[in-house]
Amino acid sequence: MSKTTGEYLITREKNIYEVVIGLEVHAQVLSNSKLFSSSSTKFGAEPNTQVSLVDAAFPGMLPVINEYCIRQAIKTGIGLKAKINNRSIFDRKNYFYADLPQGYQISQYKYPIVGEGTVILDMPYGQREIGIERLHLEQDAGKSIHDIDPQSTFVDLNRSGVALMEIVSKPDLRSLDEVNFYIKKLRSIMRYLGTCDGNMQEGSLRADVNVSVKKKGIKNLGIRCEIKNVNSIKFMQMAIVFEANRQVDLIEKGKKIDQETRLFDTKKNETRSMRSKEDAHDYRYFPDPDLLPLELKNDFIQKIKSEIPELPDEKKKRFIDKFNLSSYEANILVSDKETSEYFEKVIKNSDVKLSTNWITGELFALLNENDLGIAQSPISAENLSKLINLIKDGTISGKIAKTVFELMANGDKDPQKIVEEKGLKQQSDPKTLELLIDKVIAENPDKVKEYKSGKEKLFGFFVGQTMKVSDGKANPKLVNDILKKKL
Amino acid sequence: MHDITSQNLTELIKNIKNKKISSEEVTKCFIENAEKAKTLNCYITEDFDSAINKAKKFDNKPNFNCKLPGIPIAVKDLFCTEGVKTTAGSKILNNFVPTYESTVTQNLWNEGGILLGKLNCDEFAMGSSNETSFFGNVKSPIDKNLVPGGSSGGSASALASNLTPITIGTDTGGSIRQPASFTGTVGLKPTYGSCSRYGIVAFASSLDQAGPMAKNVKDCALLHEIISSYDLKDSTSIDFKRNSYSEHLTNNIKGKKIGIPKEYRVDDMPKEIEDLWIKGIEDIKECGAETIDISLPHTSYALPTYYIVAPAEASSNLARYDGVKYGFRVNGENLNDMYEKTRSEGFGDEVKRRIMIGTYVLSSGYYDAYYLKAQKVRKLIKNDFDEAYKKVDAILTPSTPSSAFKIGEKTNDPVSMYLNDIFTVPVNLAGLPGISIPAGLDKKGYPLGLQIIGKAFDEQNLLNIAYAMEEKINFKNNIKEWWIK
Repeated sequence: MSKTTGEYLITREKNIYEVVIGLEVHAQVLSNSKLFSSSSTKFGAEPNTQVSLVDAAFPGMLPVINEYCIRQAIKTGIGLKAKINNRSIFDRKNYFYADLPQGYQISQYKYPIVGEGTVILDMPYGQREIGIERLHLEQDAGKSIHDIDPQSTFVDLNRSGVALMEIVSKPDLRSLDEVNFYIKKLRSIMRYLGTCDGNMQEGSLRADVNVSVKKKGIKNLGIRCEIKNVNSIKFMQMAIVFEANRQVDLIEKGKKIDQETRLFDTKKNETRSMRSKEDAHDYRYFPDPDLLPLELKNDFIQKIKSEIPELPDEKKKRFIDKFNLSSYEANILVSDKETSEYFEKVIKNSDVKLSTNWITGELFALLNENDLGIAQSPISAENLSKLINLIKDGTISGKIAKTVFELMANGDKDPQKIVEEKGLKQQSDPKTLELLIDKVIAENPDKVKEYKSGKEKLFGFFVGQTMKVSDGKANPKLVNDILKKKL
Repeated sequence: MHDITSQNLTELIKNIKNKKISSEEVTKCFIENAEKAKTLNCYITEDFDSAINKAKKFDNKPNFNCKLPGIPIAVKDLFCTEGVKTTAGSKILNNFVPTYESTVTQNLWNEGGILLGKLNCDEFAMGSSNETSFFGNVKSPIDKNLVPGGSSGGSASALASNLTPITIGTDTGGSIRQPASFTGTVGLKPTYGSCSRYGIVAFASSLDQAGPMAKNVKDCALLHEIISSYDLKDSTSIDFKRNSYSEHLTNNIKGKKIGIPKEYRVDDMPKEIEDLWIKGIEDIKECGAETIDISLPHTSYALPTYYIVAPAEASSNLARYDGVKYGFRVNGENLNDMYEKTRSEGFGDEVKRRIMIGTYVLSSGYYDAYYLKAQKVRKLIKNDFDEAYKKVDAILTPSTPSSAFKIGEKTNDPVSMYLNDIFTVPVNLAGLPGISIPAGLDKKGYPLGLQIIGKAFDEQNLLNIAYAMEEKINFKNNIKEWWIK
């Protein structure tokens, strides 16, 4: 992969191929109830305990749209800098399956609620704009469970009717990194908005991956294959690598690529044909006569717009402009809403530079080590802020601060108290330091001689010795100054 | 006994309120009639014991403030009724007992009505003769060889033969008005969105509408004001001001402008129908209204449009009957095999025919030519009415192109069967209210109906015109109770 442009290229004897990727992300709408019924959407409940008569498609049952889900989709559309359509239509996508009680999925086909938009990726080689084709609302199906009984399939309808947003990108992604950044950015935007929790383990975020290849420099896109329902970024990347190489191999052999739907087998790390274009389902889409077209008034949309919180792109810009952060630092701090909030709490009363370094350094390391999110951080923003202030005003050294930080991590104590109780206060009294330094000099006449004869590297030795005799509490800056004078 | 069951609803209510008769007496009389009329095959499910208990309960603690005080009512078996089997006339729902109540029937019980049982109908309301029911055809009280019409054939037959004082049906393309016309009763198809579809087994969602069937216009008006309600559980239910239709009923229709659409003079229409219509025009004028010749130019496209839109929606609405969750199931080798066996055995021929037509017209490559075009034509048909209503208040047509036909006469000729709906389907396509009132007998003594079509939400005006016409026509049904040996 070329670092300068970020393109994923596949090289064969005579040809270089570009890989073109588009994603259809299925994001579960964060909502207590389903898209067309009042059943709960809570994850992990006993099978078939969150199923209404509507979800199970009993005779005469009718869907009634959940306004909250509509608001969530509009919010997400705004987050994607996309056009919110004043009129959208719910269609029926007809197919038979045991976990699809109605025999059709209510979705949006020709007239989605959200139109074209953009997602900006901050790649190491610069910004990339990924086009959004559309966002539409649809119902999730239930779950077929094949491994309980050898003869029968069991069906759990808890998910049946849960609201999903399908976010379709344009074929603008060009590398595995971009796929990674794109998914993370989408997730970040939706978490900022509170419209999807982005939890991939619970299936709140899944994607169909469209992959095609073309010889480098050629404009027209190649024939694409769609890999269905991949549920982690790692698997998406593995599937793309396999699929792109499969397609290149076919072209190299002079064979044709069939447009088809494929499955990714995570165990064998390969994609397999699910159905060809000829066998493609004829979903017989038509407008659902049980639901009127969804008409959204402009002031309704405006009202939602006015309630949108600051999103990562805007926040990043503000952090750079206001706090003088680097683009890299700003990215790290805004990528997650809770992190950015934590950061802003810390810097309220503390030095920005030190805060940035401590959060992105020590704190992130601690969280990573313990596999924690910032929300579960054992060190509160208030206490970290206090710690940073102790460094800033010279009460403790950076080195001592690390010790204090560790103690805080094990009990979330007030750093001030830790410093006092453990007597870790920095020694900044010049007279006391002078006494210590005199002692160090007196005890090491040989080293003093060597230093004076030009071995200047030994300065560090004296600093170290002084720190040692002070139990690490000596103010390093003062030690430096005094040593320079004395030697 | 017979005296009681031949009373119309208004009389029954009066007599119950005056304590001349009890709800129990009334209920038992209708049940007794039903016991003697098994050969009509009106009922799919009888709920008689429960009905008598409810009637006793009513009599012990009567509430005369409600609009249907202890009145027993049998309803079409398309309405889901809590704890009472609901089949839609199909084998596939042969064992289905809902745990919920349709809004329309709930409205009846809220006003003191008592369920007698569930009435036969064409399977999933698909038919014009009540011959497609899994539970056998219904016979018309008019003549044992006649169909009662359909799909609300059991309802019409039960009403005309005094098995129920009033009833409710559903009308997707004429399923209330055509059987009302065939049996000499009154049937109203309300404006789309007037009656909630919640809990009614769906046939074609954009056309289905529940409506009242009664022995006279006043009963019909009262029943309509009870069943019509705005319902948040049906997204197509419309929030408009509903009248106390029976209270505001008047035969004063002076100055009303009545449109006579020339396109309803179809080829091969029997002279009797033509004469009935001409007589109706004279009658309505004598009632003080003015008639105006109008044109509804797209009328001839209504039937083909209907037979695309309705099956398309039906093919999707009936997909849920797959043997997985409830209803009839035939086990199979695998899922597809189970689907095939269940649906092959569970559905009858007419339902299968419409599912196939519907699936075809929605298929990719055919969608634009059929479904999309039909939707466009549907809009044109609606525009025709909108144009006409700039000049007139209502429209007068025959209800059907012929009187009732013989059982088996059209079974093997679906197109001729479909032609029966030629005057009623445009009303459903346009979402308008239409009422059929009995207007005369043909030379065989079979009833014929006239249809009055109103403006959307203008049921009051429609009922008023029907009320005035009813008085003028003074129709007498000719039923000889041939089924009582």
